[in-house]
Amino acid sequence: MNMLRGLWRLTWIEVKIFLREPLGAIGTIVVPVLAFVLLGRLTAGRSAKASPSFALNGLLGPGGIPTLVSMLITISAVLSLVTIISIYREGGILKRLRATPLRPWTILTAHVLVKLLLTALTMAAMVLAGRRYFAIGPEIPLVSFTVALLISTLSILSIGFIIASIVPTARFAQPIGAIIFYPMIAFSGLFVPIESLPPVLRAVARVLPLSHSARLLQGIWTGDPWSAHMGDVAALAIVFVVCVAVSSRVFRWE
Amino acid sequence: MRRQVIHVSGIRKTYGKTVAVDEVSFDVSDGEIFGLIGPNGAGKTTTMECVEGIRTPDRGSIAVLGLDPFRDVYELQERIGVQLQQAQLQKRIKVWEAVQLWASLYRKKPATGDLLLEQLGLADKRNAWFMTLSGGQKQRLFIALALINDPEVVFLDELTTGLDPQARRAIWDLVRGIRDRGKTVFLTTHLMEEAERLCDRVAIIEHGRIIDIDSPRRLVDRHCPERSVTLSSDDPHADGCLARIPRVESVARLGSRFTIRGTGDGFVTDVIQCLSENRITVTEFRTELPNLEDVFLTLTGHSIRD
Repeated sequence: MNMLRGLWRLTWIEVKIFLREPLGAIGTIVVPVLAFVLLGRLTAGRSAKASPSFALNGLLGPGGIPTLVSMLITISAVLSLVTIISIYREGGILKRLRATPLRPWTILTAHVLVKLLLTALTMAAMVLAGRRYFAIGPEIPLVSFTVALLISTLSILSIGFIIASIVPTARFAQPIGAIIFYPMIAFSGLFVPIESLPPVLRAVARVLPLSHSARLLQGIWTGDPWSAHMGDVAALAIVFVVCVAVSSRVFRWE
Repeated sequence: MRRQVIHVSGIRKTYGKTVAVDEVSFDVSDGEIFGLIGPNGAGKTTTMECVEGIRTPDRGSIAVLGLDPFRDVYELQERIGVQLQQAQLQKRIKVWEAVQLWASLYRKKPATGDLLLEQLGLADKRNAWFMTLSGGQKQRLFIALALINDPEVVFLDELTTGLDPQARRAIWDLVRGIRDRGKTVFLTTHLMEEAERLCDRVAIIEHGRIIDIDSPRRLVDRHCPERSVTLSSDDPHADGCLARIPRVESVARLGSRFTIRGTGDGFVTDVIQCLSENRITVTEFRTELPNLEDVFLTLTGHSIRD
């Protein structure tokens, strides 16, 4: 009970602290929503004319934009988490919290909750702002999509934790994270269909978790049943378990 | 004999090939201010963090309030208060939020945060962000956080480093206040003056080893028993009279100024008595007593600042 109380209080304090950052709310919520609306304007009405190979599996296919944008938001949340953890480690804040009865996992869970909360807020704002271009009709399984996004997020987050564990200083955390994540998007199948890649790159893309994220998100958005994506869910779960196991071994508190 | 609150026996801690702490043993009794003193890098913080349960020694045993800091770390953390060296808080956390968060983490909640802030002179900073506080205010906040669970033992690591003399004195008063409320204080410092004014007992540590442990006064008596008196006199007989004082070791003269060295507590009295019996007029009289700084120099052959 006591640990849960510490968790909620720490989470709430971290939310408030985040919103006090000069660019916190703007960078996390406003910018992605604007980008989404802009993308929506640019691509509106064009998706229907998309080339056949992109029709079902690409950025301009159904659900392509929501998938890309939600992945970008997730990645930026994870990058910001990686940065915060390195700053907290460098400043000795993690160590100071650890010298209290707080359990280590409580501290990290609080930060994950903050990011999930902000991601959810951003997504909600986006759905509202973008409803002119991407009407969320009854045919879009919003609950399933949220679950799929949560699964993707946890998987991306676990990779973020490995980065947070090994990057020595806060100054390098964000760029190193970006170098690892953004190229993954290029091979996620959203921009170039995985099937059209040379065999070696195709194998690489299949191993990278973001290709599974993209396929899962886009598939669920367009109405696929979960049974069609069990492979993707399993791949993301494996990534999560492996990364959590690795980072719990290599994570440094100071 | 008072209850032993902390018992450390033969601990050793290495980082790679560097031996940070070696064969360190000491006891801290209930209700005393115990100081671990030594230069930077001597192993003070490592020792303290082993006792707090943040680090695990490679060898040796530690008991704090009868608990094993490694095995019973959560139980121990409920009963101790910890101020860490160079550890910050979130830049934009407000003072009251930090106090409230810390208060929520412990089972026992007798100390009220507002009262603590009041006592530590932070009441008007309740709504300030951590980053806007001065060095002294930050340290006082850390003390408040370390006291929030009404701990039995308080650990203070280099509490006054980087503070101006005035803020330092204010912190010393606070630490004495903690002891006067019946708590045990375990602190580290590289400031000899701080140790001398604040600590009931000190352990001198260098290169990871403890050299000696005792009250500052007894350490001085044991290692630096010399006293010296400097006086000025134009009396032609002064030279001869001073040299005849029993406990005098040397008399050095520079013009009309004499420096007389001797040992023992009665030495200064002997000098005064000699002056008075021989009716020697002096225009200046100054005694110099050795301090912990001199003890450190005697024991290690170098000053603590080197």
